[in-house]
Amino acid sequence: MASPVRVSVTVNGTHQTAEVEPRLLLVHFLRDTLGLTGTHVGCDTSNCGACTCHLNGEAVKSCTVLAVQADGAEVTTIEGMGQEGNLHPMQEAFWEHHGLQCGYCTPGMIMAAADLLERNPNPSEEEIRHGLEGNLCRCTGYHNIVEAVKAAAAAKQEVRS
Amino acid sequence: MNVGTAMKRKEDPRMITGRGRYTEDIQLPGMLHAAIVRSTEGHAAIASVDASAAKERPGVVAVYTGEDLAGDFASGLAMAWAPPGVEIKTPEYLPLQPTQVKHVGDAVAVVVATTRGEAYDAAEDVIVDYDPKPVVVDPLAALADGAPLVWESFGTNRTHEWEVSGGDIDAALAEADVTITKRFVNHRTSGAPIEPRCSIAEPRGDGMTLYSTTQIPHIARFILGGMVGIPEDKLRVVAPDVGGGFGSKLQVYGEEALVLALAKRLGRPVKWTETRSEHMTTSHHGRDQIIDVTLGAKSDGTVTGCKAEIIADLGAYQLLLTPFIPTLGFPVMGGCYKWPAIDIKITGVFTNKMCTDAIRGAGRPEATYWIELAMDRLADELGMDRLELRRKNFPDKEEFPFETALGIVYDSGDYHGTLDRLLEMFDLDEFRREQEELRAKGIYRGVGFSTWVEVCGLAPSRAVGPQGVGLQAAFYESANVRVTPTGSAIVYSGTSPHGQGIDTSFAQIAGDILGIDPQNVTVLHGDTDQGAWGWNTYGSRSLAVGGEALARAARKVQDKAKRICAALLEASPDDIELADGKYQVKGSPDKSMTMAEISGAAHIPPQELPADIEPGLEESSFYDPENFVFPFGAHACVVDVDAETGKVKVVRYAAVDDCGPAINPMLIDGQVHGGIAHAIGQALYEQVVYDEDGQLVTGTFVDYALPTAAEIPSFETDRTETPSPVNSLGVKGIGEAGTIAATPAVAAAVLDAIEPLGVTELDMPMTPLRVWQAIEAAGGGA
Repeated sequence: MASPVRVSVTVNGTHQTAEVEPRLLLVHFLRDTLGLTGTHVGCDTSNCGACTCHLNGEAVKSCTVLAVQADGAEVTTIEGMGQEGNLHPMQEAFWEHHGLQCGYCTPGMIMAAADLLERNPNPSEEEIRHGLEGNLCRCTGYHNIVEAVKAAAAAKQEVRS
Repeated sequence: MNVGTAMKRKEDPRMITGRGRYTEDIQLPGMLHAAIVRSTEGHAAIASVDASAAKERPGVVAVYTGEDLAGDFASGLAMAWAPPGVEIKTPEYLPLQPTQVKHVGDAVAVVVATTRGEAYDAAEDVIVDYDPKPVVVDPLAALADGAPLVWESFGTNRTHEWEVSGGDIDAALAEADVTITKRFVNHRTSGAPIEPRCSIAEPRGDGMTLYSTTQIPHIARFILGGMVGIPEDKLRVVAPDVGGGFGSKLQVYGEEALVLALAKRLGRPVKWTETRSEHMTTSHHGRDQIIDVTLGAKSDGTVTGCKAEIIADLGAYQLLLTPFIPTLGFPVMGGCYKWPAIDIKITGVFTNKMCTDAIRGAGRPEATYWIELAMDRLADELGMDRLELRRKNFPDKEEFPFETALGIVYDSGDYHGTLDRLLEMFDLDEFRREQEELRAKGIYRGVGFSTWVEVCGLAPSRAVGPQGVGLQAAFYESANVRVTPTGSAIVYSGTSPHGQGIDTSFAQIAGDILGIDPQNVTVLHGDTDQGAWGWNTYGSRSLAVGGEALARAARKVQDKAKRICAALLEASPDDIELADGKYQVKGSPDKSMTMAEISGAAHIPPQELPADIEPGLEESSFYDPENFVFPFGAHACVVDVDAETGKVKVVRYAAVDDCGPAINPMLIDGQVHGGIAHAIGQALYEQVVYDEDGQLVTGTFVDYALPTAAEIPSFETDRTETPSPVNSLGVKGIGEAGTIAATPAVAAAVLDAIEPLGVTELDMPMTPLRVWQAIEAAGGGA
């Protein structure tokens, strides 16, 4: 085993430092080292997107990033998006529009959808569907996820205008 | 009233904030991690296992082979079907194989280490020497004389034959003016929930807790306790939040028994988490049936009879329901039609592949696929409109309860009603005009219909249990309703959901009956230490069986609340009614009590209650249904096919479903959406593929193509509501309906689209390659 490496990452606004194996994936750093279990593992091949979080403000699949690559970076996970009573508009929209069933893909889906609206605040349905094609859901048939993203985009527009 | 409203889900706040608790999220002090060494061969004898290098790796606590652990299990894994008069060949299936492997992924050894990484590293160092044996993966080849035998001891790959018939099929086909004969293939698929399986065994005192990604914690406790030698009272099985099942977690798996045996040996918690490749190789598969159908009709379209011979590829072993799944389709073989003679023969086959078992729909999607496409073919042969042929053979709504030729009694239905509503949403004449115009421009658009019925609400025990079809189980459900002294309620259900929204819909049902705001009703499930025995969640049974059990328990509580209220208000219990959330004296709304007041009095009586009223406010119910329930509906799918690439795009999907009165219409729509998407996956994209050596070609999500948001359209859904007479809520299951309904609609739409190119036959999955090849073979692409 290679020698441990020291990484410092700001996760959800809190500075975190740990000695990690160089091969440790960011998703396992979040889940196992920091106990942030909202970020999930679904496929091991970067297809399903259940592990999506934000790295320096952009959505990444945290199973495709080494913890050491996040050294010095800012990471936001689903736990950092909002709490009950102070939900992120995307979380609110998923709840309101029944955008989840088993909830396993949901954190990654919300993180990807929030990132999509950052890049494209007023997406068409087709843009939403293509924008989320890196995130798999087996429960919802995507219909209500798309409805939730539309609603979150509309809510965001309202806040701006 | 909360029932009937689209109440937002009580499950969601924790899940949208990352505070769900799935099995993999659980970390326990001193927990060890297991990694499994799996067969790289499709069929082989194990010559030797050398674990010496692995044992020297850092962090490794133990390495065990199948021989090491053979004595840890009182039996192999369970298969639960013993049909009267039929012998099913059932080999012993141990969690680790001691002497031979029968498919790629078969478990050979296990490494236990202090971290997951150390366990996986050491597993790489376990050297297994195999003596390969001949492999057979094709079920028809497996049935041929001289085929390699999966189990030499049986002398055949034929596992069993099972038959059912009603009416005189020979006479029926003889009197037909037109018959069609066609082979249909339901290929092999994977359940593929996004959450992989995970199991943790934790020693506690003289017992053990198993946390597991399971749909069936009670059944797992019953079976695993016996296998591993832990009395049921000492074995607690917990299904925390479960990240989707789709049938793949309706199983008692070897890995669950294995972690229990390891924790027992080592005295420490042991966790095993499936990789996605392990899911694809060793979580049970579904479908894999070849069906030869003959369907006959008079020239006016009246069907005279149907004969089907089904070859079911069961894989290498028999798991919990492996041989039963094709038979589970039989109650709806006949579809939503008056077929006076039906003759079904099912043959099970061993191959060197993972077992098949229940995947969403389990037997009914297979049946609906061939029934609907056979009806299309028959209509074409008769020169009759496809929907007209269906209507000609529908029982009218006045004919329900309707008994089929197979002696199954469909509880209620209005098949014309759902089709009528669908055709209001979907203008078929307009579509045909548009289709012609597009064809003239070289755009190939097609429509397919499915008018479907399914059987769910598993199940009346007398029909399905030992004295019926022969499952060694019963299928009632339990519920316990407990009102707290301050007037909130805790409900325990024997069902075990994994995304269905039971925490919400059951709170709506209980809240209305008790007179408590559903937000103050907590629904518990999936923990064998918390409530009564349950038969858990599968077969679209939670609401129709578990919901009815809950309603019955809640009504008992309501009755007792009325008696307490009557005593305190000095009225007759018969004069107490629940109105506007209050228990009040009929005609005197000023004389009333809230449930909080009544429950307070039940727990801390302010005055002496009548001697026949016990303190407390808690009741249970066990409900065994009199019949199955039979949801139904009509679906239309529209696809465009790119004739140059073979790519199919679903451009429109309209569905009208009837599952009785809605408890929560939002949840129904969600189940229908997901079910249809699952079927679109099967029809167009997903397939488990083994090569001729038994190597799995589709071992990851790179090769096994789940549909993404970009492949799925928005859905147009509506409902009719025909109550079931079977339960007091009038409800029918809806969890599998979309998957059961939709594959024939999608497949028929593709065939309709490319019919002008000369293609009349094509098996699923209708991938671009297959569609393109079919067009080329028909000369239509020239």
